[in-house]
Amino acid sequence: MASGKEIRTKIKSVQNTRKITKAMEMVAASKMRKAQDRMRAARPYAEKIRRLAANLSQANVTDYKHPFLVQKDQVKRVGLILVTTDKGLCGGLNTNVQRIALNAMKEWDAAGATEIRACCIGNKGFGFMQRMGAKVVSHVVHLGDTPHLEKLIGPVKVMLDAFQNDELDAVYVAYTRFINTMKQEPVLEQLLPLSGDKLGTPDTSWDYLYEPDPQVVIDEMLVRYVEALVYQAVAENMASEQSARMVAMKAASDNAKNVIGELQLVYNKTRQAAITKELSEIVGGAAAV
Amino acid sequence: MAMTVHVDIVSAEEQIFSGLAEFVALPGEAGELGILPGHMPLMTRIKPGAVRVKVPNQVEEELVFVAGGMLEVQPGLVTVLADTAIRGKDLDEAKALEAKKKAEEALVNQGSEIDYAKAQAELAEAVAQLAAIQRLRKRGH
Repeated sequence: MASGKEIRTKIKSVQNTRKITKAMEMVAASKMRKAQDRMRAARPYAEKIRRLAANLSQANVTDYKHPFLVQKDQVKRVGLILVTTDKGLCGGLNTNVQRIALNAMKEWDAAGATEIRACCIGNKGFGFMQRMGAKVVSHVVHLGDTPHLEKLIGPVKVMLDAFQNDELDAVYVAYTRFINTMKQEPVLEQLLPLSGDKLGTPDTSWDYLYEPDPQVVIDEMLVRYVEALVYQAVAENMASEQSARMVAMKAASDNAKNVIGELQLVYNKTRQAAITKELSEIVGGAAAV
Repeated sequence: MAMTVHVDIVSAEEQIFSGLAEFVALPGEAGELGILPGHMPLMTRIKPGAVRVKVPNQVEEELVFVAGGMLEVQPGLVTVLADTAIRGKDLDEAKALEAKKKAEEALVNQGSEIDYAKAQAELAEAVAQLAAIQRLRKRGH
């Protein structure tokens, strides 16, 4: 049995660990609230632009069909935007979304995909993709706690350009969807070409006046729509990250508490045994005299 | 009561303004646009500048600075999709190139920052903001 001093040191160290995890839990809880607010704040824009894009995709002003709306018969070259967190210590969040991405990549490979390009948002996914030897064409890391659309434009444009230049047949996005504080779900969604059911049906088809001309306006609108989708994914991922971290840190704090309790019990027992031993030695000694 | 139209100004990061208005003025791509209730359906790009919204029963106009975006006018509804970043074909291109370059650099493991495009974007935004402020001053705000 370990000596009293050793157990005391061990208790101390677990207590320190618990302090840290507890602090991280509280930080994550407050960040989570902000991240959720941001996620909700992005919804009006996403909703508006979705409706607009739906109206536009139905508007038959010209015979112009934007490449984003054209469905391809064969999907041979795929682009994947992987949204992960920058930091760890958030449970299985990144592992889950990476697994989904990996499975999808294997599937595409099996289906005869000739090329898979990746765009990584977040440090963890970037490292993962590089380890996997995937072709990473663009990446963005260290987004901080507030996602800014500005930082996403460049990396996403690399993908969109590739799609527009007919170098890719489809673009997918993998991220963790925020359901509630306790539940987050890794998902893989098709980004391009835009599917009709995601856009929904337009409310009414107006005869818009386009300035300067329809093609320019439709181009701009669809690019913004796709960016808004990616932004939404990043915002959801951040809310998921904070709640996953909060839950993971809460579990860690609870575990530490249990360990401390058990160690305390062992310590008390050792201490009592030592006292009993000492007493009996004294009594034994006195009897001998 | 004067005729009003519902106006929504949203950016990707937040909802900026939502409510009724008698008049909206904003910098369209082809020139300054003034929109009154009953405007015909219109869709256009807008340039960086100030959006002015005349709210009923309020002397002061609501002022919102936008870094460009899209405008949609439906009968009875005006939607401004504001950009949070200054956009432009060249700027976007620069960002994409930067992102590409970064990915390539990461491949060979050479970490170096390219701040040029970022500085350029910031400069463009500052210039647009200054222009908007000057225009506002001229009007005696």
